[in-house]
Amino acid sequence: MFEPYLTKDWTKENSHRIDFYLKQGGYKDAIDKLFKMNPSEVTELVMASGLRGRGGAGFSTGLKWNFVPKNTDKPVYLAVNADESEPGTFKDRYIIENTPHLLIEGIIITAYAINCNTAFIYIRGEFHEGYKKLEKAIQEAKDKGYLGNKIFGKDKKLDIVLIRGAGAYICGEETALLSSIEGSRGNPKLKPPFPAVEGLFSCPTIINNVETIANLPFILTRGVDWFKSMGTEKSPGGKLFCLSGHINNPGVYELELGTPIMDIINNYGDGVWRNKKFKAIIPGGISAPVIPFEECKDLKMDFESVAAKGSMLGSGAITVLDQDMDMLSVSRNIIKFFHHESCGQCTPCREGMGWLDKILKRIDKGNGRMQDLNLIEEICHNMLGRTICVLADAGALPILGILKHYRHELEAKIKDSNK
Amino acid sequence: MVREFSKEALKELEGIINQFPNAKSSLMMVMRFAEKEFGYIDAETCQYIASLLNLSPAYVYGNLNFYFHFNREFHGKYRIMVCCTLMCHMKGAGDIVSYLEKKLGIKVGERTHDGKFSLEKVECLGACHKSPMMQINDKDYYDLTNDKIDEILDKLE
Repeated sequence: MFEPYLTKDWTKENSHRIDFYLKQGGYKDAIDKLFKMNPSEVTELVMASGLRGRGGAGFSTGLKWNFVPKNTDKPVYLAVNADESEPGTFKDRYIIENTPHLLIEGIIITAYAINCNTAFIYIRGEFHEGYKKLEKAIQEAKDKGYLGNKIFGKDKKLDIVLIRGAGAYICGEETALLSSIEGSRGNPKLKPPFPAVEGLFSCPTIINNVETIANLPFILTRGVDWFKSMGTEKSPGGKLFCLSGHINNPGVYELELGTPIMDIINNYGDGVWRNKKFKAIIPGGISAPVIPFEECKDLKMDFESVAAKGSMLGSGAITVLDQDMDMLSVSRNIIKFFHHESCGQCTPCREGMGWLDKILKRIDKGNGRMQDLNLIEEICHNMLGRTICVLADAGALPILGILKHYRHELEAKIKDSNK
Repeated sequence: MVREFSKEALKELEGIINQFPNAKSSLMMVMRFAEKEFGYIDAETCQYIASLLNLSPAYVYGNLNFYFHFNREFHGKYRIMVCCTLMCHMKGAGDIVSYLEKKLGIKVGERTHDGKFSLEKVECLGACHKSPMMQINDKDYYDLTNDKIDEILDKLE
């Protein structure tokens, strides 16, 4: 039976304090094991566990660490992505607010594995409580000698620098995050070169999500076999799912990867609100295409199963839509978001999002034409794959998804207005 | 009147800058420091920060306009930011905004005459399970209703 591990202390008083974390066995077993291995052994362990990034992309964590050049004389950096801004996602903030030391211990493990001496935590500006708690926790760890020049009395230096974001969703994109840390506007950069080879200040840099890193102390103490006993073969481990929308019991649910969506909706979420019928889910955050209820009957929430439905597990956000949700309204809101958050560098995204915004508004105000739907599709296809980052795809794919499953709703609106 | 950091503030600033490999990368945190010391950042503040970090004023101003979360000279004493992204939108964020506009007598993007409140529509604040919600300065307010809003605003001096 699956036992939550990331959230196990969330409701306990003072769970954010170092004395609480020490009582739970923190900074002990995992650290002992850590210093008995050499850095590449730690990377191999994480690769063997099959841990995949929990920020949205689901890339193999150990594999990413392996891309850092072994014989570089440049400093290696770690950037912790605490910019949680994917609409529908609200999990990293609680890891930070409830168990900041879990994150710090995970950072120590990561920094050891990749030979990093300076880690940056980039936390979104709107997370005031999280920032204050992290500041305190970092000081507590410093005071105990767990951070600084010789951490745990070993020949290893590690400093954590806290940076606050200031309201830009795009700064959650890894290269934009690096731009922001470097003191720039949050402009994504072309890949290659990949950050693991040339990132912050042109030095090898690993970017990992908060939830990904929070898994590491458990993988070290409880072992690879324990981790792989949960979830599926391609998506091992537990996951924080963020349930929101037209549901009776919204909230964070820590469950095994591969849990059936209907289980999550009915048993944990307690069903669709107001006794309404279930229309669809938007998994993975606003960037993931919608999955209608017919496709949800056999859907399991792991990376490969959601991808097979033409969408993505992403951050683990799950938004439930009821039967009355107007898909034109959903489309407008999604495009408004991406238009607003576009960094503006690439013409297809900057202008394309603007045109989509205007066309959808026109349809909504009653001035739509039947050819507008084909026009929307054409614009979307001319954005996909033609930009520096995938924000354009994140906006275009959901719209294409809505047209695929709910074109009739938009057609009805247009027909209605032209009467 | 040009606003400058006090001697003590300059010392604190030095500590902030020294955490970073170079002056330019300290910019985000230096702007936050200025925001705390001065209450808000305007074009003049950008010029001052630029002189401290050896950057161009236009560069710093470019950052100020990219990152909407920095407090600006046109914001109110209480900056009301209502989340309007999809998950809050589908739970009535639009009605919350309309109610606030009516109650405060201003439109989104404006500030009350006495400078007390300003109103903004913002994107997802990461509390979708407690929607609709808003952030006022550094506090979150969840599961909003018109009555709750009355209660919250009445308590703000």
